[in-house]
Amino acid sequence: MKKTILAILMVLPTLAMASGGAYIDKADFDLQNKESLQRGARLFVNYCLSCHSAAYQRYNRMAEDIGLTNAQVSSNLMFASDKVGETMTIAMQTEDAKIYFGTQVPDLSVVARARGANWLYTYLRTFHTDDSRPFGVNNTTFKDVGMPHVLWELEGMKKLVNAEEMHEQPGTAPKFETVSTGKMSTAEYDNAMRDLTAFMVYMGEPAQLVRYELGIYVLLFLVLLFLVAYPMKKEFWKDIH
Amino acid sequence: MEMIMNTLKALMGWVDARFPATKLWEEHLSKYYAPKNFNFWYFFGSLALLVLVIQVVTGIFLTMHYKPDAALAFASVEYIMRDVNWGWLIRYMHSTGASAFFIVVYLHMFRGLMYGSFKKPRELIWLFGMFIFLALMAEAFMGYLLPWGQMSYWGAQVIVNLFGAVPFIGEELSIWIRGDYVVSDATLNRFFAFHVAAVPMVIIGLVVAHIIALHEVGSNNPDGVEIKKNKGSDGIPLDGIPFHPYYTVKDIVGVIVFMMFFAAIMFFGPEMGGYFLEHANFIPANPLQTPEHIAPVWYFTPFYTMLRAVPDPFLGVVAMGGGVVILAFLPWIDMNPIKSIRYRSLLHKINLFFFVAVFFYIGYLGVKAPEPVLSELGLRFSEVYFVFFYVLWFHSKTRDAKFSYMSLFIWMGLFSLNDFARYVEGSGELILMGWLIPGIYLTVMFLAPLYSNLNAEKAVPERVTG
Repeated sequence: MKKTILAILMVLPTLAMASGGAYIDKADFDLQNKESLQRGARLFVNYCLSCHSAAYQRYNRMAEDIGLTNAQVSSNLMFASDKVGETMTIAMQTEDAKIYFGTQVPDLSVVARARGANWLYTYLRTFHTDDSRPFGVNNTTFKDVGMPHVLWELEGMKKLVNAEEMHEQPGTAPKFETVSTGKMSTAEYDNAMRDLTAFMVYMGEPAQLVRYELGIYVLLFLVLLFLVAYPMKKEFWKDIH
Repeated sequence: MEMIMNTLKALMGWVDARFPATKLWEEHLSKYYAPKNFNFWYFFGSLALLVLVIQVVTGIFLTMHYKPDAALAFASVEYIMRDVNWGWLIRYMHSTGASAFFIVVYLHMFRGLMYGSFKKPRELIWLFGMFIFLALMAEAFMGYLLPWGQMSYWGAQVIVNLFGAVPFIGEELSIWIRGDYVVSDATLNRFFAFHVAAVPMVIIGLVVAHIIALHEVGSNNPDGVEIKKNKGSDGIPLDGIPFHPYYTVKDIVGVIVFMMFFAAIMFFGPEMGGYFLEHANFIPANPLQTPEHIAPVWYFTPFYTMLRAVPDPFLGVVAMGGGVVILAFLPWIDMNPIKSIRYRSLLHKINLFFFVAVFFYIGYLGVKAPEPVLSELGLRFSEVYFVFFYVLWFHSKTRDAKFSYMSLFIWMGLFSLNDFARYVEGSGELILMGWLIPGIYLTVMFLAPLYSNLNAEKAVPERVTG
């Protein structure tokens, strides 16, 4: 029997997903870091939440989860709505967005779950100049994306220098050269994008903030239950065999 | 105290005169004699029942908040995940439960395969079980549409389109199933009805039939010995013990250990790396945008590989359906009188574990994009999957040399004919290498009994061991 289980376990690793495609950085964020989430929220409402909505995220839920008061949220983070019980909707119409950007602007509530945190973190840091595109920028993580580089005032502009190498060897990390500087240094910008990614990961599933801790208690409870049930089974079975 | 007991007894007597409560309790629990030698593999029957209850209960709570409407479905799931108290927990229990159901049921079926639990006199138990498996697949498939994400939508689109491959009536049939020309609100609504009402009722009914049939003939065990053949003077099987309390207390331990795994997944990794909840399903369904790669959920992937292994759409559907249906015929395929793998030959053990490995592997291939090498492997291992059943029948008794070689030539001849038919310039090397997979498998399975003692079987004991 043990052999059987072992045999099955040996087959399992082949199920692991093989990765491929574009270069992806690792976003080393910490969901327990409330300041990081708050900074991320500020970036989100300032830079994303005018074209993108987050129609499933309520302001007051966010306030509670990332350690702010409703008053703080409504005076600092609410530009698109006026009631803290509302979700993060925007005024722009879908049809208008299609005209402005050539495509629908996706809702970002669960984008972190669809794309993954690492993808978002990489994407936000790989905008580069490209004169052939309508907004003058392209992105190595999401080629020919319709979105302009809305964070340019923070990051500045950079140009891609190893496009050919990336084309020949998919998966190569992009290399950039600064064209114009922004308000932040590269390290500051990376940290800011880590905060923004953390916030979007939180927003993708607010329950994450509690489910890990709750899971530990549930498992501890089950261990206790096992410590009762197993001796009970032994006791009942001692006259068998 | 005595007065209370007497009152309770009288009450029970009153009930028993009108409804066989005590009789049912005794027949199915306190006086149902199960073999005393159940091992690890015998947990999965009761666990399947547990998961069924989890799915029904969490499902009821989900229906209180879910909206079966193409315009609202995706948002209502997110509403459950965020705004409904403990909604995320209920939803994750349900989504983890779906995968857990298949894990438990696959292990339960494998148990039957190992110990010959489908053999006479348990053929009907196996058949009821197969119907449960079919109903479960339908249930899972229709449930997967409900979140109305990209994978929900396009998965349903692909699977319903399969019915379009049926000759003559295919097109009409798939429109009839969808209620529209594409998967749409009408489809969502009817799948919801099937998922929450029709199919669960069928499953529960079949589970009852499965258990009644089991309790009629009695349980098999890891030795494959009929405990009813050795009864004491009181008419009770010597190797039998009352299900209650022995197996109830044992199954409680199994339930707790299972719940630990279940909770670990539910709380720490409900997406299970994209296998239990696919990433693309967090993008709302968009009928105008086909995802790059449509992969079914993991539990369907072995059969999906069989579908893709056959180029002709209709024959592919036949292969996929056949892969499931052929399991139902096991009682009439594996005719070897020895039930348990413990006393079957080493060759049979190798055959069975190779089959399990193949099932895993074609499951893995089913989530991969179809590249030439992987497609070839998919075809070859699908061939092995099907011919396994012939090998099982072949190993039912000793075969002479002529029949063994005949079997080898006929099967490899059939596979080779197919290879000639699909040969195109430049595919020769791949086909030749692939040919070796069923070639080696069948050579070993058909010829080893002639030239080795790999086929030696052991004597089955009179009574159960340990």
